[in-house]
Amino acid sequence: MLKELMKNWHGHFLLAATLSCLVWASGCGKGGEQSGGAAADTEIKVGEFASLTGKEASFGQSSHKGTALAIDQINSAGGVLGKKINLITEDDLSKPGESATIVKKFISQDHVVAVLGEVASSRSIEAARISQDNKVPQISPASTNPKVTETGDYIFRACFTDPFQGKLLAEFGLTTLKAKHIAVLTDVGTAYSVGLADYFKQAFTTEGGTVIGEQKYNSGDKDFKAQLTAIKAMNPEAIFVPGYYTEVGLIVLQARQLGITVPMFGGDGWEGAGLIETAGDALTNTYYSTHFSPIKDTPEVQNFVKAYQAKYGGETPDAMAALGYDSALILVDALKRAGTTDSAKLRDAIAATDITGATGHTKLDAHRDAPKAAVIITVENGKFKFLRDVQP
Amino acid sequence: MTEFLQQIINGLSLGAIYALIALGYTMVYGVLRFINFAHSEVFMVGAFCGYYLARLFPHHTIFTGFIVLLGSMIICAVLGVVIEKLAYRPLRNRSTLTVLITAIGVSILLQNLGQTIFGPNPKAYPVLFPRKNISLFGSLTISSNQLVVLGVTIILLWALRHIVMKTSIGTAMRALSFNPVAASLVGINNDFVISFTFALGSALAAAGGILYALNYPSIDPLMGTLPGLKAFVAAVLGGIGNLPGAALGALIIGLVETFVRGSHWSTYSDAIVFSILILILLFRPAGLLGKVVAEKV
Repeated sequence: MLKELMKNWHGHFLLAATLSCLVWASGCGKGGEQSGGAAADTEIKVGEFASLTGKEASFGQSSHKGTALAIDQINSAGGVLGKKINLITEDDLSKPGESATIVKKFISQDHVVAVLGEVASSRSIEAARISQDNKVPQISPASTNPKVTETGDYIFRACFTDPFQGKLLAEFGLTTLKAKHIAVLTDVGTAYSVGLADYFKQAFTTEGGTVIGEQKYNSGDKDFKAQLTAIKAMNPEAIFVPGYYTEVGLIVLQARQLGITVPMFGGDGWEGAGLIETAGDALTNTYYSTHFSPIKDTPEVQNFVKAYQAKYGGETPDAMAALGYDSALILVDALKRAGTTDSAKLRDAIAATDITGATGHTKLDAHRDAPKAAVIITVENGKFKFLRDVQP
Repeated sequence: MTEFLQQIINGLSLGAIYALIALGYTMVYGVLRFINFAHSEVFMVGAFCGYYLARLFPHHTIFTGFIVLLGSMIICAVLGVVIEKLAYRPLRNRSTLTVLITAIGVSILLQNLGQTIFGPNPKAYPVLFPRKNISLFGSLTISSNQLVVLGVTIILLWALRHIVMKTSIGTAMRALSFNPVAASLVGINNDFVISFTFALGSALAAAGGILYALNYPSIDPLMGTLPGLKAFVAAVLGGIGNLPGAALGALIIGLVETFVRGSHWSTYSDAIVFSILILILLFRPAGLLGKVVAEKV
């Protein structure tokens, strides 16, 4: 009897240990980097949400490093309005739903003056609704879907939009790749991919090309062979893939495995170190458009690249890092001009932004977007290579 | 026509991986009458073991590829036995529902441990076997990885069949699945047979994990969930508890999924796979090859 009891107790103990491990493990996954404690009136709080981990971790890591660099530089030069900026960063795990929760917390608990984030359009749109309702200005560094700033007059972005990107990619396909018949492979799980695919198709058909077929997939898929086999049977001259680097790497790899050799190209969602890690040599004959190239010879770009490499152990910044940096510059410049953290005045100051940063000249238009030049990148011998600029 | 044949090749290589996972579900169900939901996490751990073991070799040849495969299968076999000993054995005589919920708990535990130990970001998978494309009849292409998947699956299925049908431990497994009490009366060590079943199923899941990662070379700690669920659907489709049924069900699921993805309804592929589960449960609950057994009252 006693033995039986002991055995049972043993079982319960293990179960309890298992469960407590579980609680501990899931608890550890969350929690932001927060330098707390300082008195509220000696600092200006800014909330930043980014996909520091998860499927699009490369986006969040880069944009966060850029933003943190800008804030460091500003604080070591004495801050703004006589106060230091306290950047509160939270990780949205690349998951839907998380960014809205984080921004609610920023506003109700941390009382931030402005929100910075995110790269992925779906997650920026989610958060924008909350920022707009609470009249807290939000600047997205790199979300290109028009719906982000259409949310309302408190939402801004530091980058160009997909109607521009779709059009330049359509022209690139027609004139540079000389492809008149193109197949499209869209991720229906993200607002970014669906939007960019639409603007691309519109521009491409208006300018005389034909979209001979469109196949779809869902973010998180790993097997694209079926869609690619169907695309191969259409015999396209090029394939347009408006996705994020995690899936794009697998798509390019599987396409080459199926013997598809035509050029493949896409937008700024391709920008991530994971692309080359996954697809490697298969990336020959692929192209994408993005916001920034570190080899440009303007003083703003070179100063940014030098400071970034000094802070992050020689790592070369990508477009998301440059836009993360610029989004912080835009906010600080607006705070200086507004002379206050009052949200309505800060909003007006951001709307009047006209500065030059790492990604070039940023002058916000009436839609709170930043029309600016794009760059086209290709991959050669396992390295990203700058191809050319495209002016708006 | 070539498109059709190409899709068959794609579908079979996907189905072969599902088969390796589905067999683990079906074996455990056959012996213990419960669904081991932690099985899909063993699949994930198998892929990660391959990722870390691959670092031991600077150059990858077919030989080192098989060493990594074998090593990862052994590690996961041990993991399967440990899971059974710690989580399921203490609940052996409780209701199946208790064990089922524990299985879900173990699954979430392994996912979260995976996220803390391996990190939550997707990792690019190393090229374990030299990659090559082979063209058949002009435009039909089969990659060397797809051949590895089909070859390894066929060998493992044959080995499994041999173990279950021809060896004494296999006879004991079958005896246990007929009647555990009678099996122990004739001198079968039930605990040992159950441990062995978990080891076997987990080793197959590990092989499935590595083969999956070879074909879709981006792994993360949550990668097991969807393939695991689809393999479960395959096991039910074939008739849960029935080994050839699981393999047949997996091939059907792999082909259906591939053909739906290649059509205009590509985004509904998962929905269609799970509708198959509902239809099977409604019209043929015992599955394609399962026998309808009258419930003893």
